[in-house]
This record gives sequence, C-alpha cells and structure tokens, in this order.
Amino acid sequence: MKKIVHHRRRRWLKQVQGLGLLAIATCLTPLKAFAKKEDADEAIKKIIGGAPIKDGKVTLTIPPLVENGNLVVLKVSVDSPMTANDYVKTIHVIAEANPSPNIFTVYLTPRSGTANVTTRVRLADSQRVWAIAQMSNGSFWRGSAETLVTLSACTEMV
Amino acid sequence: MSKTSRTSITMPSTAKKGSIIEIRAIAQHDMESGFRYTEGGKQIPRDIIRTFTCTYNNVEVFKAEFYSGIGANPLIIFTTVAVESGTLEFKWAGDGGYEAVNQASITVS
Repeated sequence: MKKIVHHRRRRWLKQVQGLGLLAIATCLTPLKAFAKKEDADEAIKKIIGGAPIKDGKVTLTIPPLVENGNLVVLKVSVDSPMTANDYVKTIHVIAEANPSPNIFTVYLTPRSGTANVTTRVRLADSQRVWAIAQMSNGSFWRGSAETLVTLSACTEMV
Repeated sequence: MSKTSRTSITMPSTAKKGSIIEIRAIAQHDMESGFRYTEGGKQIPRDIIRTFTCTYNNVEVFKAEFYSGIGANPLIIFTTVAVESGTLEFKWAGDGGYEAVNQASITVS
C-alpha cells in the first residue's frame, strides 16, 4: 500500500515538474520575439555605413541590475576635448533586445563643452546596450554596458 | 490641432563666461511606444516626442532624436558653454502634432 502511494506521488511530482517546464517555456517564448540582435547590428551598420568602428572613448553607464525596465537611467560620456577641431558630433544609443533597436541620437557641437548626456530609457529584456559616437573627423567609437532586467518594459498589457 | 504639455527646465540663471553649465529638460508625456496591446489585443498606436532642440540666442547648440526606447516623461541632461547673456529656447516636437516650447534666460559675467 505504502509503495503504491509513493509511486503515485512520484508520478504526480513528475507531472507537476512537466507543467513547470511548460510554464517556463511559455514565459520565455514571448521574450525570444524580442531577441533581435540582428536588428541592432543592422541599425549600427546603417549609422556607420561600412566605416571601421573602434572600441573605447565611449562610456555607457546603466545600473547592472534593473528592477523595472520602464525607467532606466542611462548616462553616456565620450572622452573628447570638445574643441572646434576635435569634438563629438553625434552619439547613438542602440539596444540589442528592444523591439526597436534605436533608443536615441544626440547631436553635439563644440559649444556643448562636454560630451555627457543623461536620459531615462526603456529596456525590454536583460541585454547589452551600445553607444556609438562619431567624432568631428568622421571616426566611430563605441562602448557598451550589460544589464539584467527583472521587470520588462513594453510587454505589459493596459 | 496641436497638442502640448507641461515642460520644465533646470539650469543656473547666472554663470561665468566660458564655464560649462548643466541643463535638465523634462517634458510631461506618456511616450506611448507603439508596442503595447490593450486587453482586447488591439495595438496601441505610437505617440512619442520625436525631437528636442536647444537654441542659445538663436544658435542651435544641442539636438536630440527620441525613439520608442525613451521612457515616459522624457528627461534629458546635457551641457553647454555659457558664452553670453541671453535666452535659451527649448523645443519639443512629436507625433500627432505635439509641440512644446520653453525658455530660460542666463546672465553671463
């Protein structure tokens, strides 16, 4: 009698486990729909247009762990003297796993003084965010930051 | 019919000539991304602020383009060099004819 009960319980446990896996799978599928690294690569390609891109000079700061993806403070700073001959022209911020990769673009001038910009962005998933800067001499530099998002933006119902 | 909303600018009212000042500009806006659905499964159309520009005595010193990835009530913090006394004008423009303008004056010594 005891053996049968054990057997049943084991079977029941297995079924529950199966359900759990199914639930995890269904939870992950909608997120996969946002896994659009190719889109981000394409957006970056569109910006640089085949020009070489170097790592460095650009620092992107986002919290490493984000509780709510709807409002994430993002800071970009580019190492540049910001003089009339050597300044940062544009900064593009691209997210790898957002439904639309572009987040924002800023246009600076020597009169900006510094190349520091802070804003608040939405992040749909845990991902890497890129910042691409174009200098006045036309060269491209990039920097990135990775973050973990617990509550995703964009997916919630109204 | 153009829409508008409340905006706010935070920046120093006086500065030394040649110093770098920090400007914080915020606009009240939902920034509806266009990727959300109602419970009925209908997609909510995108309604965001698309551009933000700052002119310093009618010379453009800063411009930003926003996309759906910018959070609600867009805040942008940037810097500029205080070159002369005058007015800074801030302009936001977006979907559905959204437009907002704000001004701040600065005394440079």
